[in-house]
Amino acid sequence: MAGIEVTALHKRYPDGTVAVEHVDLSIGDGELFVMLGPSGCGKTTTLRAIAGLERQTTGDIRIGDTLVNDLPPAERDIAMVFQFYALYPHLRTRDNLAFPLRAEGLPKAEVRERVDEAARLMRLGPLLDRRPHRLSGGEQQRVALARALVRRPRAFLMDEPLTNLDAELRADMRTEIKHLQGELGTTMVYVTHDQVEAMSLGHRIAILNKGRVEQIGTPLEVYDRPASLFCAAFIGSPPMNLIEVEIADGKLRSKGGLVLTPPPGLPRDRRLVAGVRPEALEVTEPGAEGSAPARVISAEWLGDEIIYVVDHGGEHEVRVRMPPTVRFAADAPVGLRHTGGPPPVYDVSTEELVA
Amino acid sequence: MGTVAAHGLRKSFGKVQALDGVTLDVPDGSFFVVLGPSGAGKTTTLRAIAGLEKLDAGSVHLDGRDATGDAPADRDLAMVFQSYALYPKLTAYENIASPLRARRCSSSEIAAAVERMSSLLHIERLLQRRPAQMSGGEMQRVALARALVRSPRAFLMDEPLTNLDLKLRVEMRTELTRIHRSLGATFIYVTNDQVEALSMADQVAVLKEGKVQQVGTPAEVYERPANQWVAGFVGSPHISLLACRAEGDRLVGESWTLPRPRWAMAEDGRPLLLGLRAENVSIEQRGDASLPGELYGLEPLGDRTVVDVRVGTEILKVKARPTVTGVPGERLQVTVDLDRAHLFDADTGLSLSDAGR
Repeated sequence: MAGIEVTALHKRYPDGTVAVEHVDLSIGDGELFVMLGPSGCGKTTTLRAIAGLERQTTGDIRIGDTLVNDLPPAERDIAMVFQFYALYPHLRTRDNLAFPLRAEGLPKAEVRERVDEAARLMRLGPLLDRRPHRLSGGEQQRVALARALVRRPRAFLMDEPLTNLDAELRADMRTEIKHLQGELGTTMVYVTHDQVEAMSLGHRIAILNKGRVEQIGTPLEVYDRPASLFCAAFIGSPPMNLIEVEIADGKLRSKGGLVLTPPPGLPRDRRLVAGVRPEALEVTEPGAEGSAPARVISAEWLGDEIIYVVDHGGEHEVRVRMPPTVRFAADAPVGLRHTGGPPPVYDVSTEELVA
Repeated sequence: MGTVAAHGLRKSFGKVQALDGVTLDVPDGSFFVVLGPSGAGKTTTLRAIAGLEKLDAGSVHLDGRDATGDAPADRDLAMVFQSYALYPKLTAYENIASPLRARRCSSSEIAAAVERMSSLLHIERLLQRRPAQMSGGEMQRVALARALVRSPRAFLMDEPLTNLDLKLRVEMRTELTRIHRSLGATFIYVTNDQVEALSMADQVAVLKEGKVQQVGTPAEVYERPANQWVAGFVGSPHISLLACRAEGDRLVGESWTLPRPRWAMAEDGRPLLLGLRAENVSIEQRGDASLPGELYGLEPLGDRTVVDVRVGTEILKVKARPTVTGVPGERLQVTVDLDRAHLFDADTGLSLSDAGR
């Protein structure tokens, strides 16, 4: 097992396209590390460079203590899982799993032992004698994961392995992958564009944008204090409300009269935006203490919660997460109140977190 | 008026039975969502209503009149697709006006309609701009205005938000709800996203393999799912299903027992599934009805953390505070709100909860 160090990675293609501008990552031994970002942000290129499937233009990659820049993929001792489960169609599950081990020339007894262990971990017992065409999409993906497991690599690299599965299966597989990674303790680098997947899986998340790292942190760190407006928009559903505020009488005030507790160290003379999560607000009866006047635009019932969309001072829509038992009608005049602690505050011009 | 009634729709493609007797009654002015996974027959249903698909059997009535044999153009329905391509050389105004020009409406009619749509979508200030001068979200609004500028009997929408990023999708959900309320028109909206269905619909029809599983309000579908499959498809995280049997006044599972709720109408010994939604179980409260498990994993989502608890060999998802902590293997006691639990027949999948409640 091993940590992974990516230093000043830069990748430019011959046609001049820059896929990775500058990426530094320090991934701990045994960590489940997620790279999150929209398509084109450089996350897959970075992963492929770690795997050795893509040669970086400049920068270094270390796996454990080994500088692997010049090593071919096969000598990096990593296993990669893609979103397309490339199983051998004519082989039974058992033989699909054994294939990479036989190719390495391992003795029969060891091949059997490793296949049995991977089958137990991925609960493939009943599927061992089936061929891929008799497996569902989810089962095929479990076999593909198991085939990465049997090699007992120093690190797993996962490129959106769950993208093609339906929602329920994706959620189940997430749980399994996280549990399995914890049990094996093997370093895993996991690429996704799905923020729910990133949050629920990662020990830490790197958010990438335009070939650069915008933020690295634990799920709760990136959720509670996004480092930039880009990160704020990318994490959480519905996303963070971005409310323009001014400093007055030691408080933050929006144009519509919403009052927020300011974080310490706010800069003066800048246009500021407060990032307020939907659950840090509440909809109240109109005129309730500490509330600003607002009007309900719509109420989106989601089963275990209601998202109220309210118009607050005509400026823009604010989303508020409430328990499903609280009911206000559309168009009703209401109050809007902040219930959380000091929100993160951003500079409008630089789009960066300032306090 | 915009009443749409599709009765007994059947359609096969080769060996695949795409529609296997689909019946939908869409009231005038409702936001009617057809929800299901890919391959359920949602798009085929929509195309059949539009007249784009020849049916093997069944009928389509529009405002009470049999329109089964009518050509698409004679049905006075508007299809809204996923694609949002605007004419790049035309201004927003001309883009929105284009469907009306194609229908040879008068300029004063066109001006009135464009004005009405642009004020509804808050895009008045964009009207003289070309697509290159607009942001993605602005183009989206202009495209929506163009799609909605006509006043047909009903709008048919096929996953119109699928290709948008998360933030825009959340905003457009609100927008569509608001527009629907202002126009008062009939919307028939196809999606595989249960969040869209719950948040926007007046009525939801849940489809699977060409059959309607349940029709109801979002609350009915979520709180009283007709069968195990609907219960699993609607709601996130998905409902946990634990195998059990009724034995006297107890429900007995693999590694647990719970008091049998009075509404649980099932004969003793019959294989059942206890359905528990994550918000109706807790590891933080104490209560009479509880079952033992061990921590399997934590899924922080920011506003909450979903705790995966292993109960015997099954996984139970439990909603908890965002800051909850724990290590895999830790023993836990899970409190169950039995009044909000569901019970399904394990063989038929049908709900057994409703009769007694």
